[in-house]
Amino acid sequence: MSQSEQTAVVPRIEGKEFTTISGHPVKETYSSQDLKDFVPERDLGKPGEFPFTRGVYENMYRGRLWTMRQFAGFGTAEDTNRRFKYLLQQGQTGLSVAFDYPTLFGYDSDHPMSSGEVGRCGVAIDSLADMEALFDGIRLDRVTTSMTTNAPAAMIWAMYLVTSEKQGVDWATLSGTIQNDILKEYIAQKTFIYPPRPSMRIITDILAFATPNVPRWNTISISGYHIREAGSTAVQELAFTLRDGIEYVEHALRAGLEVDDFAPRLSFFFDVHNDFFEEVAKLRAARRIWARVMKEKYGAVNPRSLLCRIHCQTAGVSLTAQQPYNNVVRVSLQALAAVLGGAQSLHTNSLDETLSLPTEQAVTLALRTQQIIAYESGVPATSDPLAGSYFVETLTNELEQACRAYFDRIDSMGGMVSAIERGYPQRQIQDAAYRYQKALESREKIIVGVNEFVTSEEAPIDMLLIDERAHESQCAKLRKLRAERNGGAVRRCLDKLKRAGEGKENLLPPILECVREYATLGEMCDALREVFGEYREPNFD
Amino acid sequence: MSEKRIRVLVAKPGLDGHDRGAKVIARALRDAGMEVIYTGLRQTPEQIINAALQEDVDAIGLSILSGAHMHLFPRIMDLRREKGLEDVMVFAGGIIPDQDIPRLKESGIAEIFPPGSSLEEIVSFVKSHTKN
Repeated sequence: MSQSEQTAVVPRIEGKEFTTISGHPVKETYSSQDLKDFVPERDLGKPGEFPFTRGVYENMYRGRLWTMRQFAGFGTAEDTNRRFKYLLQQGQTGLSVAFDYPTLFGYDSDHPMSSGEVGRCGVAIDSLADMEALFDGIRLDRVTTSMTTNAPAAMIWAMYLVTSEKQGVDWATLSGTIQNDILKEYIAQKTFIYPPRPSMRIITDILAFATPNVPRWNTISISGYHIREAGSTAVQELAFTLRDGIEYVEHALRAGLEVDDFAPRLSFFFDVHNDFFEEVAKLRAARRIWARVMKEKYGAVNPRSLLCRIHCQTAGVSLTAQQPYNNVVRVSLQALAAVLGGAQSLHTNSLDETLSLPTEQAVTLALRTQQIIAYESGVPATSDPLAGSYFVETLTNELEQACRAYFDRIDSMGGMVSAIERGYPQRQIQDAAYRYQKALESREKIIVGVNEFVTSEEAPIDMLLIDERAHESQCAKLRKLRAERNGGAVRRCLDKLKRAGEGKENLLPPILECVREYATLGEMCDALREVFGEYREPNFD
Repeated sequence: MSEKRIRVLVAKPGLDGHDRGAKVIARALRDAGMEVIYTGLRQTPEQIINAALQEDVDAIGLSILSGAHMHLFPRIMDLRREKGLEDVMVFAGGIIPDQDIPRLKESGIAEIFPPGSSLEEIVSFVKSHTKN
């Protein structure tokens, strides 16, 4: 439709087939007929009771609101420390750390591959010194922190543990999360270092270390967010995430761990995308499927082993650079879906995130979005308010069925590691991403402001600019660190770490020793690169 | 007489691991009859220009979402000149703010496709800006 036409635009929702954003068919009306085989006692239950469809806790948000946990990080540890303090002052209730690309890959800021990348997508952390600066003035026994780190998660976690130790905090009381979900790196986020099999060993070492030493720590945030952002459908997001979870359970059991020891500390992370009811149903289905798998397949007895505790982030891919204020509306709806879906923790995107990391103003509005839902909407007053809806219960059932079909397919390939080696989830995602893009091009799917309701002239908005200062600052800090630390002790610790990698002992104690001597992240990761090698992704076209 | 197909290198410079866009573009270009070579992730400027040389491509598509483009693209364009590849058309996309576009175009990048660009416009640009 030409922009110069002055006729009134009649809202079009054309299409002979109505589907959710991921292509799941949606009927014109749902009724009790759709639920005729539904057995509420078996499939629904009560909040806080198996199969947990209605929520992991009995009193849900009445007992405690979801944690408002904005993902943040840029520049140096000092820059990010300021942003953390600002967000806590504005009422956020948990911390979440975004690391820069070099840190995600276990490269120091002065590595050749780090050039141009330091501090751009997250905070630069090269050693314990940076971790200490990151949490300067923030008591780690009074706040929980989630850290988005995967391949070098053991090293980053060790830095956090030592930082808390230096603050006088007992590890027995320390709580937080490391993402530490390497399988989805191969599938979607791609910040892997080592190949799959040695990476699984690192993870089982983390699980084994955590149970006796840091019992309140969430050892994995089994993630669907990145899978969805890479282009998967909601069913694929659900299925690949939960199947990754199953894969971790399998590997941990094979490593000799007890399911009721490690399972209570597995947690989950899902996207909340645009299709409102599909997202609510997805979270409900996730809880039910996971509870059933843990009870029926793994015989978990500890009730906490059955809980699919969920962090949500509103969908980054749904944000538009065009008409950025529209993003505030998108995020509000997505956040509401997360709350109606019973999430334990939530990050809401900022309106300016299509082109940069959020400004202070933008992230404040994103936080206020959560606070308005929490305190003004009335939604948290009761658990799982959409239960019993013909549509939502039907969709929850259908998503569970579709998910299990994927489980069967992946099982027939020999499990998730095998499926990844063959490129199965990667190709599924690529195909779904392409189908979606074609649907946009044909205007089968509409994005307001992009392929419909377009404005030709737009006023630019403020953007957060990251310059080269972080790189310069980090390089100077590294020079100082290397001059001041005990080089001999560092070399000895790195050697021990390498030998531990070659053997079977738990990697956490040697990593902790390296951290305490101020070995850099790059040095520790390189020690294991020498043992495990680096993974290079095959072309799965 | 058969027409020689347009050869395009789709590249991911730097540490950025977001490959959804690059893969969708690669497929769209293939569907439009072009030969596409995808470099994979974590490519240095040197690796990209070497691949362009070896594969004798008509165009290079750079995809980057990490914000490191003002650092990596100039190096790529310098190497392109050094290796005598100035007849290879370079286009780019990803998270590239409007204010960076003029300088990038001055360095010889033919077009930048920011978020919201359509496959159709990219395919037609590549077709009309490469010699057959």
